[in-house]
Amino acid sequence: MADKVFIALQNNAEAQPIISAILADNPEAVLTESPGMVKIDCPTRLVVKRESVEAQLGREFNLQELHINLISLGGNLDEDDDEFVLSWQA
Amino acid sequence: MAKKLGLKERYALLTRGLDWETSYQPMDEVFPYDKYEGIKIKDWDGWADPFRLTMDAYWKYQAEKERKLYAILDAFQQNNGQLNISDARYLSAVKLWLQGITPLEYAAHRGFAHAGRAFRGAGARIACQMQSIDELRHAQTQLHAFSHYNKFFNGFHGFAHMRDRAWYLSIPKSFFEDAMTAGPFEFVTSISFSFEYVLTNLLFMPFVSGAAYNGDMATTTFGFSAQSDESRHMTLGLEVVKFMLQQDEGNVPIVQGWLDKWFWRGYRLLGLVGTMMDYMLPRKVMSWQEAWGIYWEENGAALFHDLGRYGIRLPRHHEVAAKEKGRLTHEMWTVLYQYGNALSLHTWVPDDEEIAWLSEKYGETFDRLYKPRLLFLREREERGERYFNNRLPMVCQVCQIPMFYTEPDDPLTQCVRIVEAAGTRHHCCSDGCADIFNHEPMKYVQALIPPQQIYRGEAGGARNIFEYAAWLHLERDVDTGEYRGSPDQNNWEAWQQAHKAKPANAA
Repeated sequence: MADKVFIALQNNAEAQPIISAILADNPEAVLTESPGMVKIDCPTRLVVKRESVEAQLGREFNLQELHINLISLGGNLDEDDDEFVLSWQA
Repeated sequence: MAKKLGLKERYALLTRGLDWETSYQPMDEVFPYDKYEGIKIKDWDGWADPFRLTMDAYWKYQAEKERKLYAILDAFQQNNGQLNISDARYLSAVKLWLQGITPLEYAAHRGFAHAGRAFRGAGARIACQMQSIDELRHAQTQLHAFSHYNKFFNGFHGFAHMRDRAWYLSIPKSFFEDAMTAGPFEFVTSISFSFEYVLTNLLFMPFVSGAAYNGDMATTTFGFSAQSDESRHMTLGLEVVKFMLQQDEGNVPIVQGWLDKWFWRGYRLLGLVGTMMDYMLPRKVMSWQEAWGIYWEENGAALFHDLGRYGIRLPRHHEVAAKEKGRLTHEMWTVLYQYGNALSLHTWVPDDEEIAWLSEKYGETFDRLYKPRLLFLREREERGERYFNNRLPMVCQVCQIPMFYTEPDDPLTQCVRIVEAAGTRHHCCSDGCADIFNHEPMKYVQALIPPQQIYRGEAGGARNIFEYAAWLHLERDVDTGEYRGSPDQNNWEAWQQAHKAKPANAA
């Protein structure tokens, strides 16, 4: 079984488009809700794409805005202007 | 028109090439602390910042988080949010946080400021300095969030005075002082990696989810806001460990030793959090056993699996944590319960519904070993003989937790390990702590052990537990003691009645 990466976000109005974008771009992602928080687990690799968030949000989005609603994460991080990627190597 | 620079290039231009090799003094004189631990760094340029957050972006996003957080804290105060918690017993968890964790945030602020001066690599220095600011932010936001409770409930006022005097607060205090008195590489490994990556979710998720489940909007909001800073800290920790492991093969055994030590010290400290989860929350999130299963056995294993490529293995004694996960919180709660006359938070015997939950979560072990103890304590209380132990416990020389732990393979035998150094004998609670002592005995023989100091008269000459509590600025049975019959409970019930009563007409 592959090791899971995860991202946890506040479960507020602002974060909904980001959550939707993540679920759309990562078919194996699993969402778990608890009070005030969502946790998204995914085997091996998870990507947050700026374009996907913008499509959900209806405005330009800077991926670093993720910081405002981010709670926690697991995995090695690589970020640039277009993608925020969490991954484990085998 | 020139093409806009990408994040990676922008980040590199704004944060690299701004330092220099000193010429007035040798580099080793300017940075005297970053070699003595034996960690070899061939090329500091190999440091890669995980988050590409420039200072302007840092201030912008942190300011936005602060604006949102303080708006929520204001609303909480104005709307009497303290009336919405599940029950005033929940506040024992918040008192534990304020007394045990908030001073650690402040200690982390100082520790990272020190580390931020010690590394000769500019990338590492900047990361530490930003973390130092984050940690001060955490101390401040916690104080602001909890100060509202101080207006209505007892046990909150004394945290600063108690930090250096309360016997149970030497548990978190010694944890951080152990890290701060180590070198900069061990400090960052112990805190950024072992505490803030490996074990952070076992601190924040239980407390913050606990707050959310128990109606504490202030703590929930602070917690989520702080945890986003933590995700930067986590990635710093992981980056430091990978950096050391990649720079020189000789670093691997040193780092492994630190991972072994700090996994164990962090795990021992988290016993208090587990006990909070299982016993202090009127509405439970999950059991400690479940939390350990998710956040260590699954998530932690994934992390160490990833580090396997550098030659790192799982920390020593991790299997002991697995053996203890069904027992430790029940053992610890009876310890806190009995020393209630010297705690600035209330304790109690759980009610039948809670005992049923514990039985469901922990099964046969709980039913056989611990439920009878709780029922015995309840029976004594009902007879008017609520049990208090008015002495002070023997604590472990390393983790400074009372020596209540039982043998990993035998829950009915106390676990004691005797260690000796410099002509003196000391006691440890476990093989994990004994290993730590034996690796650096001259460090731990110097540890200040509160029960010993108190018995020697150093606690203002206190001759009994009540005089000791008074020296801590605690009022008997107001800040200390049993929950049932306390002013916190009486006030809570009166306010709940008033809150539900039909509102009076304005005129």
